[in-house]
Amino acid sequence: MKIDFRRWLRPPHVTTGTLRNSFDRRTVVLGTIQGGVGALLAARMTYLSVFENEKYKLEAESNRVNLSLIPPRRGWILDRHGQPLASNRADFRVDVVPEQMKDAERTIAELGRLLSLSPVDLQDLQDKLDKAHGFAPVEVATGLDLERFSAVSVRLPDLPGVVTQRGFSRFYPTGPSVGHLIGYVGAASAEEYEKDHDPVLITPGYKVGKDALEKIFEKDLRGSPGARRVEVTASGRIVRNLDTREDVPGKTIKLTIDAGIQDFAARRIGLESAAVVVMDCRNGDVLAMASMPSYDPNSFSDGIGRLEWKMLSEDDHVPLRNKVLRGLYPPGSTVKPMVALAFMEAGLDPDESVFCGGGLRVGNRVFHCWNRRGHGSVNMAKGIYQSCDVYFYHFAQRIGMDPIAAMAWRLGLGHEFELPVVGQSYGTVPDPAWKLRKYGKEWQTFDTVNATIGQGYFLVNPLQQAVQASRLASGKIIMPRLLHGAGDRPAASLGIPQDHLAYIHQAMSDVANGPGSAPNSKLPFPNIKLAGKTGTAQVVGLNIGSGKGGLWKHRDHGHFICFAPFDNPVYACSVVVEHGGGSGAAYPIARDVLTYVFDRQKGMDILTELEKNWGGTAKERLDTRYRAYSAQYGAGAPAVAPEALQQASGSQEPRQPIVSDAQSPAPEPDAAPGIPRADAPPAPASTSTPSGTPGANAQ
Amino acid sequence: MSRSIVPEAISRQPWQMLIPLCCLVSLGAAVLYSAAGGSLQPYALSHVVRFGIFLVMAVIISRLSRNLFRLAAYPVYGGIVVLLVLVELIGAVGGGSQRWLNLGFMTLQPSELMKPAIVLVLARFYETLPQAMTASWRGLVPAGLLIGLPALFVMIQPDLGTALAICFGGAVTMFLAGLPLWWFVSAGAAVMVIAPVSFFTLLHGYQRNRVLTFLDPESDPLGTGYHITQSKIAIGSGGIFGKGFGNGTQSHLQYLPEPHTDFVFATMSEEWGLMGGLFVLFVFAVVLGWGMNVARRAPDRFSSLLAAGMTATMFFYVMINLMMVMGLAPVVGIPLPFMSHGGTSMLTNMICLGTIMAVHRWSQGRGSLR
Repeated sequence: MKIDFRRWLRPPHVTTGTLRNSFDRRTVVLGTIQGGVGALLAARMTYLSVFENEKYKLEAESNRVNLSLIPPRRGWILDRHGQPLASNRADFRVDVVPEQMKDAERTIAELGRLLSLSPVDLQDLQDKLDKAHGFAPVEVATGLDLERFSAVSVRLPDLPGVVTQRGFSRFYPTGPSVGHLIGYVGAASAEEYEKDHDPVLITPGYKVGKDALEKIFEKDLRGSPGARRVEVTASGRIVRNLDTREDVPGKTIKLTIDAGIQDFAARRIGLESAAVVVMDCRNGDVLAMASMPSYDPNSFSDGIGRLEWKMLSEDDHVPLRNKVLRGLYPPGSTVKPMVALAFMEAGLDPDESVFCGGGLRVGNRVFHCWNRRGHGSVNMAKGIYQSCDVYFYHFAQRIGMDPIAAMAWRLGLGHEFELPVVGQSYGTVPDPAWKLRKYGKEWQTFDTVNATIGQGYFLVNPLQQAVQASRLASGKIIMPRLLHGAGDRPAASLGIPQDHLAYIHQAMSDVANGPGSAPNSKLPFPNIKLAGKTGTAQVVGLNIGSGKGGLWKHRDHGHFICFAPFDNPVYACSVVVEHGGGSGAAYPIARDVLTYVFDRQKGMDILTELEKNWGGTAKERLDTRYRAYSAQYGAGAPAVAPEALQQASGSQEPRQPIVSDAQSPAPEPDAAPGIPRADAPPAPASTSTPSGTPGANAQ
Repeated sequence: MSRSIVPEAISRQPWQMLIPLCCLVSLGAAVLYSAAGGSLQPYALSHVVRFGIFLVMAVIISRLSRNLFRLAAYPVYGGIVVLLVLVELIGAVGGGSQRWLNLGFMTLQPSELMKPAIVLVLARFYETLPQAMTASWRGLVPAGLLIGLPALFVMIQPDLGTALAICFGGAVTMFLAGLPLWWFVSAGAAVMVIAPVSFFTLLHGYQRNRVLTFLDPESDPLGTGYHITQSKIAIGSGGIFGKGFGNGTQSHLQYLPEPHTDFVFATMSEEWGLMGGLFVLFVFAVVLGWGMNVARRAPDRFSSLLAAGMTATMFFYVMINLMMVMGLAPVVGIPLPFMSHGGTSMLTNMICLGTIMAVHRWSQGRGSLR
């Protein structure tokens, strides 16, 4: 179009002709613009559908297809006979993904209504939400019935961020009995996800092992997740399944544990705070490793609620500590067979006797025998089966501490064993070099005297005691093992002469079957004899408590180690009862456990009778207790600090003070008559005791 | 085809335009059939039926005489302005914005009718305006008022898209009427200045959002940018030949908003691909090109302005809608003529078409009713 600049300066001359002319020219302009727009649109369309086709195709697919991970079924944990200790059961579950919720408060309230959650449940859920990372799913409920599950499912379009699922949850058939042994599972914490960026960790319903075997074998048990591709609408409604890749279940782990013995041992502990270990003393297979009271791992998998936490942490029987591995106790007289072996190796004639008049002067102090009336003439066998302290006081001074400590090491005390467990407290086998290193003080004679009766600095855990019993029984270097099928390499010999062992075995058999300290630990079978050794370990000085009655926390620990059959040892067992008041609390447990091992029906009959008085099985009592707490505190319990659990279960130090100090022993009261125990004869405790103050005894 | 066999009333219809148009409507019906999930109800069937009815109406309009158009221009315009006021009043009473009147048997959106009406009234105005005054203020101010009054009412409804369509139709008519070019140049410059100002003052929040989103749709892919993004995905994922009839996932799984109205072109592109898109552009080029040709060949000033204005109004629909679905313009609620499901837009476009056909008939010189 030709532009005439002069037209702009003077009024234009307008006629029909000029208008028609300008109309024609302007329609051409307009047509050109329209054509240009058309060309632009065609170009844009070509650009989008040809050159950016791949990109948009991908975006359309990612719109259309929703990929969801199917959490893998966790590998089972089996006992030696293939019976499951931890399995999976199908269930219906509901989770929420916090960052996808539009109106969290309303959603939670709605879920609470649909699932009929109690105020305690809602509070725990709120705690979990407060701690959760936005992208990680939080469990609302599991094990739902179909009715409540579908009630939520049909409302999903109105509840963004809520995920319903048919899945599998971990199931521990014997509950608390395997709590410490197997551990438990729970949703992955933020820290766990930081460490291991496996996307399965933030799949709703996926649980990682949090303790013990579940934690150690996490990688093996995990398996690999399946995936489901579904076509979804913009509002998230699933139109159809495109394809599904099945999950690969985790590996099965087979343990040396015998589920029956494990459960029996845990239940037989009853109301006590105790640990029981049963081993096959021919190859080291751990058949049972029970620490009670315990928690129910089934109820931990949805996170630990406030009320649950309050209940467990307030219990003075420390249900959160695995006493088998983390409990350290002075072993008391259970070390005497070991000390006797050391004597024989050092050349002591077992028939050499000493007169026990109820005590022995060592240096300027008098160390008492547990039996103040004395045992008369005592040789080695009598020293063991009557648990005479004076015999050991006397000869320990002649032999010295070092051979005794060496023998303790050889029999497994002081060791940390190679086991798939999260922590072992290995205690102390004291010797002069150790004392100098630790305290910078010279070893004293009274230290030796204390150590020979398993007091003073001596600290062991129940597993070590079971290993000790196994080695005593077999004469071989038995190593405990938990994984089944690890190969049956015959254990090497300890190098202890067979006649020494035979002598000790006979003496230990006499503890139960002869003139010994624990006649009631005899097995109820005519042809199977048990060989054992009692032990009582002082917790506090006698100036605080007698060790027999009074405050629970001040009572003596009860020990018993044993093996059976005595003439052809197969099973070894150790029992520790915290504050049981003496070995009288321990050996009935060992006796009944071994009774069960040899005759399951007979053992179970005994247990059924006992549990009637205790108020049901461990699981039933735990549930009753939870209900009581629930009624008492409701939603008023304080929140669980995230690190609190770690501290509680991982604490290395026993909570109660262990008397390791020779300076403050106190007289052992006469245990023989008058201890009112229904199920046990008088406890043959043996504790060194200079009476009164050292100064008074110096005369 | 011989006139002796085919009746003249049929043979003189502009078939070179009508046949492609029918193809386009058929494609539209096919797309709506697919959008309804493979069913004639509720979109496809009514789409075709409406087209049929409105085509008959267009043919009737095309039979009307030029004088009738001239006489009707101002009354029709006035009547529609009254309707616009009425809508405002009812809206104010009912509370909230309202764009349509419920006539009992159908809902009428007066702002839509204003689009052809503004062209008609301006064509009439410039026909009667003494030619010497075209370049003076008397050629500008009354026309500006004629446009501004309805545009204002539509704006406060609020319906930005329709207001712009009215202004566009009016402005094109004024441009073609021969108003001095520098007026348009300076008006354009003024808009450049005023637009940013009005953006922050006049526009409603949601309209402002739409513009912002248009400028950067990825900034808010799940919010207001969602529409543009999903539309581009639908068009882009179709490729050259499309995903096949009935296989569009964007539309069927409801990722595409309004797959049967404003975003019908995206729905179509997903299933028919670039080929379908080029076909649609081709048909519109034929129809609009024919309209411009009619305008150029029109016998007088009134009819040429009328035909050109109507063509421009239709063009505006096509341009804005296609630019919107391809991510070149903000989201404004303007449907695509002859393809989108919706009665009012079909009515408006068929009125425009009928008017152009009338001009076509007048220029053939055989109209005995003049």
